[in-house]
Amino acid sequence: MSKSLSAFLIPAVGGAALVLGVGYGLATRSYRASEAEVALAQASAAEERASAEADKVAALTIEVDKLTAAETELTLQIEGLKTASAPARLGDPLPEDETFDLGRTATIDEVAAWNIDVRPDGQGLPLGSGDVMTGEELYTDNCAMCHGDFGEAIDRWPVLAGGNGTLASENPVKTIGSYWPYLSTVYDYVHRAMPFGNAQSLSGDDVYSIVAYLLYLNDLVDEDFELSNENFTGIQLPNEDNFFLDDRTEGELASFSADACMENCKDTVEITARAAVIDVTPDDTAARARREAAATDSGDTVVVEASAETPAREETAAAIEEADDVALVAAGETAFKKCKTCHQVGEGAKNRTGPVLNGIFGRVAGSVDGFRYSNPFKVLHDEGFTWTEERVAEFLAQPKSYIKGTKMSFAGFDDEGDIEAVVAYLKAFDE
Amino acid sequence: MSKVPKGTTSRRGFLKTAIAAGGATVATASTARAADGDPAILELQEWNQILGDGVDARPYGTPSQFEAHVKRRNVEWLTADPISSVNFTPLHELDGIITPNGLCFERHHGGIAEIDPAVHRLMINGLVEKELVFTMQDLARFPRDNRVYFLECAANSGMEWRGAQLNGCQFTHGMIHNVMYTGIPLRYILETAGLKPNAKWILPEGADASGMTRSIPIEKALDDCMVAFKMNGEALRPEQGYPLRLVVPGWEGNMWVKWLRRIEVGDEPWHHREETSKYTDLLENGNARRFTWEMDAKSVITNPSPQAPILHGPGRTTITGVAWSGRGSIPQVDVTIDGGKNWRKARMSGPSFDKSMHRFYYEFDWDGTPLLLQSRAHDSTGYVQPTKNQLRDWRGLNSIYHNNGIQTWYVNEQGIAENVEIS
Repeated sequence: MSKSLSAFLIPAVGGAALVLGVGYGLATRSYRASEAEVALAQASAAEERASAEADKVAALTIEVDKLTAAETELTLQIEGLKTASAPARLGDPLPEDETFDLGRTATIDEVAAWNIDVRPDGQGLPLGSGDVMTGEELYTDNCAMCHGDFGEAIDRWPVLAGGNGTLASENPVKTIGSYWPYLSTVYDYVHRAMPFGNAQSLSGDDVYSIVAYLLYLNDLVDEDFELSNENFTGIQLPNEDNFFLDDRTEGELASFSADACMENCKDTVEITARAAVIDVTPDDTAARARREAAATDSGDTVVVEASAETPAREETAAAIEEADDVALVAAGETAFKKCKTCHQVGEGAKNRTGPVLNGIFGRVAGSVDGFRYSNPFKVLHDEGFTWTEERVAEFLAQPKSYIKGTKMSFAGFDDEGDIEAVVAYLKAFDE
Repeated sequence: MSKVPKGTTSRRGFLKTAIAAGGATVATASTARAADGDPAILELQEWNQILGDGVDARPYGTPSQFEAHVKRRNVEWLTADPISSVNFTPLHELDGIITPNGLCFERHHGGIAEIDPAVHRLMINGLVEKELVFTMQDLARFPRDNRVYFLECAANSGMEWRGAQLNGCQFTHGMIHNVMYTGIPLRYILETAGLKPNAKWILPEGADASGMTRSIPIEKALDDCMVAFKMNGEALRPEQGYPLRLVVPGWEGNMWVKWLRRIEVGDEPWHHREETSKYTDLLENGNARRFTWEMDAKSVITNPSPQAPILHGPGRTTITGVAWSGRGSIPQVDVTIDGGKNWRKARMSGPSFDKSMHRFYYEFDWDGTPLLLQSRAHDSTGYVQPTKNQLRDWRGLNSIYHNNGIQTWYVNEQGIAENVEIS
């Protein structure tokens, strides 16, 4: 690379030298013509020209110097590029063993606020206790809507209980009782991240109670059991001993590091499984269009044949409008999944973390029986604030700024289409 | 509408056209077909005549409207709720080695935390001489480094343990992205706090509603981990941990804690949820591997693949794909078009960095007969990507994580590709 660029640069420099040579030649020849009458005049003229030529020479010399410098620089750049390609140049090494006087000392309170993690040896457990019976109540209010009344789980939320003896089967059920190695993990995770969407809202004792109840659901303690920081590390989960450190280097890696066959590696090949038969892939409109295009001829026109059953245009438009409404409610049902963690709607709906949403339009805010509303909702209730489609839409866009101090932890829908769809969905449950 | 090239008409646009024509035959660009030549050349195009948007119309640029189908996609039935779920990078639409920021797959455990950097803090506590707090401005004063690394979810290809299931490279292999990070070597931050002699592990923690935590041995933390605030030159995207994330090169994506707010230093691992109940590999006998951090070498052909069929018919054909290894670089990828009877070395292209994606190509003359395409990565340690059955022999079918087996695409006479497994 550097050679070929030099070859390109050298003729350019050579060309400059050639121009210089011509300049000198002209000047010399003019001086030799001094014997003629006109010689003086000519000489004078020639002198002027020579002087001009000399200026040119000086200018050209500078040009040559510049070109030489440019060539050197280019060569350096090329060397740089060569090192940058193979092997990759990752830059100059960073300073070694340096410390920097940056940041400030954390206060004791700051560390305490964030340092809530718990280890299997009990490090991090707060002082406190909780029993199974209290745990059942807390679990029903805070956990059962996703994990089921007995830890059996709803939809695809995690199963928390049962599954014993299934780990070596075709359908292993990995629960706290059947799989998790350490009880501290349950405490740590529930305390840090549960209930889903309202993290760190439970007190230390609440968490002890819920963990005690989860042990009870897994048949590991009796119903009168109380869990505390005192007896916590005495409890061993049944599957602890069945975990072992990554051992890929001890067998797999060697067996996968043999020379690979390149030629005539097997005689026959059969297809043994096909994803298209299982058919669980989300539909991809663009890919389907391209597959269909590939399946038809390779001409430039796409032809849609009119079939005998094609409805008239107006009917089509009406059908599309109706289909749009159905589609909007369906889209609302999908968008409502974000709400479903806390709110129920439809037949048999009950208050959960949030109030039931049947018949919300035209209802006074904070008026569902049996739901413990936060203060701002009590105020709205007393003021007679009534939910309309517009108000629900505004609330759903930015709940926390629309009703300051709401307990609802949802941050709001970004997409106006989602809000419209959720409103349409909720309207389907008007009473 | 009539000037939109074939294959780029949106479904909605296509429906409208069909309705406007009252269900009659729709033939795009068919009138120009009578003239001698390509209407794309013969007809004056709108963009060739009418002025386009000025410079301020797109202050933060977005891709062409004709690339609207290039996006991350979700498989709804995989998880209970999109808040704790995953979507997939459209590998079949990309080339080179860098993943554009907006297409990097997402995996959240408590949704996207939207954090104001002015109130974001990084705390270092535990077995250090000084427990410290840094603001984002403090962090910007450390020396910075720029590195390209892949991030692969340990569950990438996890749906394929029991056989070919998802019909698309995006879904079988799209839990990966490869970007250039700008960040601070983690050792600078830890050494500034001063490690105590019994400091053996760190616990990075996220500021999101899942409070993500993982235990990482101190050797890795001091080796090549980074605390990053930029990806591909711009601030991290919110879904990738803005304003701060941990970079753990070559190791499973779950450890690259997003929205990083705290690093605790300890003498033992914490055995938290994401390293016990999840991200442990259940083997056939019911025992489980823990701390399977490194991502094994892997490759996949991205084109053709089920979402990207061969449309041009027989003749000159380009196969391309990506390869990566958590243990080093990828000096070689082999490609077979006959289901592994014979293999040829693919052509590697673009920069080769440790623990980064590599791009490969294989060009050949397709005779139009069905193909069984596979790629096989070799990494710089001599490891060769195994077949799915070789992996199953070691691990059984219940592992979920770390499936790096060789992928097969069956391509039929029309060029349509399907996810299959072969003998």
